Amino acid sequence: MTEKVKVRIDGEVIAATAGQTILEVARASNTYIPALCYMEGLSAVGACRLCMVEISGVGRLQPACTTPVQEGLAVVTSSPQLQAYRKIALELLFAERNHICAVCVSSGHCELQTLAQDHGVKYVRYPYSFPRLPIDVSHPRYVLDHNRCILCSRCVRACAEIEGAHVWDVAGRGTQSMLVSEMKRPWGEATSCTSCGKCVQACPTGAMAEKGWGVEEMTKHRTTVSRLTSMREGS
Amino acid sequence: MTRITIDHVTRIEGHGRITIQLDDMGKVCDARFHVTQIRGFEKFTEGRPYYEMPSITSRICGICPVSHLLASVKACDEIMAVRVPSAAAKLRELLHCAQIVQSHALSFFHLSAPDLLLGMDADPARRNIAGLLEEHPDALRDGIALRKFGQQTIERLARERVHPSWTVPGGVNAPLDPQAREKTLAELPAAAAVVQRTLAMWKKTVDGFPNEIDAFSNFPTMYLGLVGPDGALRLYDGNLRFVGSDGAIVADQIRPQDYASYIGEASLPDSYLKAPYYRPAGYPDGIYRVGPLARLNVADRCGTPDADAELAEFRERYGRIVQSGFHYHYARLIEATYALERMQQLLDDPAILDTKVRAHAGVNSSEGIGVIEAPRGTLIHHYRVDDNGAITWANLIVATGHNNLAIGRGVLQVAQRFVDGNKIQEGALNRVSALVRAYDPCLSCSTHALGLVPLVLELRGPDGQVLDELATP
Ligand code: FES
Repeated sequence: MTEKVKVRIDGEVIAATAGQTILEVARASNTYIPALCYMEGLSAVGACRLCMVEISGVGRLQPACTTPVQEGLAVVTSSPQLQAYRKIALELLFAERNHICAVCVSSGHCELQTLAQDHGVKYVRYPYSFPRLPIDVSHPRYVLDHNRCILCSRCVRACAEIEGAHVWDVAGRGTQSMLVSEMKRPWGEATSCTSCGKCVQACPTGAMAEKGWGVEEMTKHRTTVSRLTSMREGS
Repeated sequence: MTRITIDHVTRIEGHGRITIQLDDMGKVCDARFHVTQIRGFEKFTEGRPYYEMPSITSRICGICPVSHLLASVKACDEIMAVRVPSAAAKLRELLHCAQIVQSHALSFFHLSAPDLLLGMDADPARRNIAGLLEEHPDALRDGIALRKFGQQTIERLARERVHPSWTVPGGVNAPLDPQAREKTLAELPAAAAVVQRTLAMWKKTVDGFPNEIDAFSNFPTMYLGLVGPDGALRLYDGNLRFVGSDGAIVADQIRPQDYASYIGEASLPDSYLKAPYYRPAGYPDGIYRVGPLARLNVADRCGTPDADAELAEFRERYGRIVQSGFHYHYARLIEATYALERMQQLLDDPAILDTKVRAHAGVNSSEGIGVIEAPRGTLIHHYRVDDNGAITWANLIVATGHNNLAIGRGVLQVAQRFVDGNKIQEGALNRVSALVRAYDPCLSCSTHALGLVPLVLELRGPDGQVLDELATP
């Protein structure tokens, strides 16, 4: 398992361990690759497609968060093509639901918003779909606004893998996909929810928030989830 | 039947239009003020957590976001059933006063001064900020400085000029920075001097507008405004009072929570703006006005020395109850005096620096009503929530709404005087829109700020054929 390999990231030769993903290796060597559905300490699912990279000899772009490194792998993490591609991915996220930063509790502390700013997304070139989506305010401490959910499933994994409660899942397919708590029960009635709030801390946008905070007030402790995993693994 | 329509083409949400109806003899027989705004607001906030209402509702208007914020957080305070810490209440009032100052400066100098200082019949090409710069550069500079003072105070308090997120249900989210207090205190005297100068100038100028004073909504109505327990002017907090056109108090010390027993809302067929009326008098007899002039008519006194002296002089000139809508301008300057004095009082109080500024609570009441005196008049936010705090129903009554009936009646009065026959003079067109601007409704004003009033006045025959057309260049 600890077989050492050498890979090239943006031309630089880097020593890595087989089984590590491109994203892990890149981060360890301080190379930035944008990522949204990836969260350190949780399994990787490759859902958001923001971490796409070019691999020499491979015709298609590959997600860095789920692609393991191999000896001799050469990766390009930034190129005009990748920039354009990531921008499209971000715009599609915005077009899919109702993201109104101006009135959002997480504005200024939102990973989606930050990435959009970093990628120069000033407007969205695709028609908005303006879905009518509910807001689940049934939990006494937390609120889930589907309008702001990007279906990254970080909450699903944080709840299942760290808290072990597995309250959350993604139900439905395609544009009908929705985050659901406990077989579509309102969150406040989910008996397996321990109200630990890890899902809220894991959420990259304002979709999950503590109740009572006004616009721009919901800051999250991003490292909580990752730190819990590393404590458990004793590293 | 011939119809003249004035279209305000504006870039902001809300769209105003004036229709003047001529009878077969070519005489004005009716006039209407139509508005399209805030449609569907109640619908799209349904299901949202109540504490998001301040940020959402403050987006209704880009000119007075602080007013909506404050009315909204007050409604939310009630849903939480908390008492806002006293420093927070002071800070909110301070923010509100700064907003009043900047808004009144905008209305007086930027929007109305071209008409007021250059004259209603001045060449439209020069009746704008540029013309003002040539002929009254000092007044223009004063206006800009006063507005800037208000804006900067808001920015210093809320760290944001537009749509501040500092004001939250339960209080404010950060205490006052002692440096911001020092800076604002240091700038206050200069701002007060601007208002004094402007008042002195206006007192010399105002009587040069006898026709406008005579014809701008110069008719009896009731007036509505907030007053303190002592009957003095209140802007941030107080109880509602109605006075009649003769100065008699019609209803007094109405708790904001009881507003619905006194204010009814009629839906008009040709406007999205509902027409509120004083319920006991019925519709449309219950016509009343709000805003700076109404507040001065309603209050026994201002409660600060300089403003009270100005108010006494104002009443000496025009009587205890001042009916002409043209005097909204004068009233704005008196209120700016009051707001600056009030800011001084609030900032002088060391308790304003207290760091306990926010009460936290969940949903403790299923209903919340917040009322404040916005720059343009009484603003009411009324929400109902379910047990989890999701909005189930919302109602907003904005200042321009309260004045709806009075503006319509005022337009008719002006039109009867200045529009005659099938020909329209530019001065007449401008007077009609100047009347609307005297009320400073939050539509149509932003375009005028640039000195461009894209108004179209159409004269149509019964068959729809355009007989005459006049457009501002
Ligand atoms: S971070 Fe790799 S696909 Fe989302």
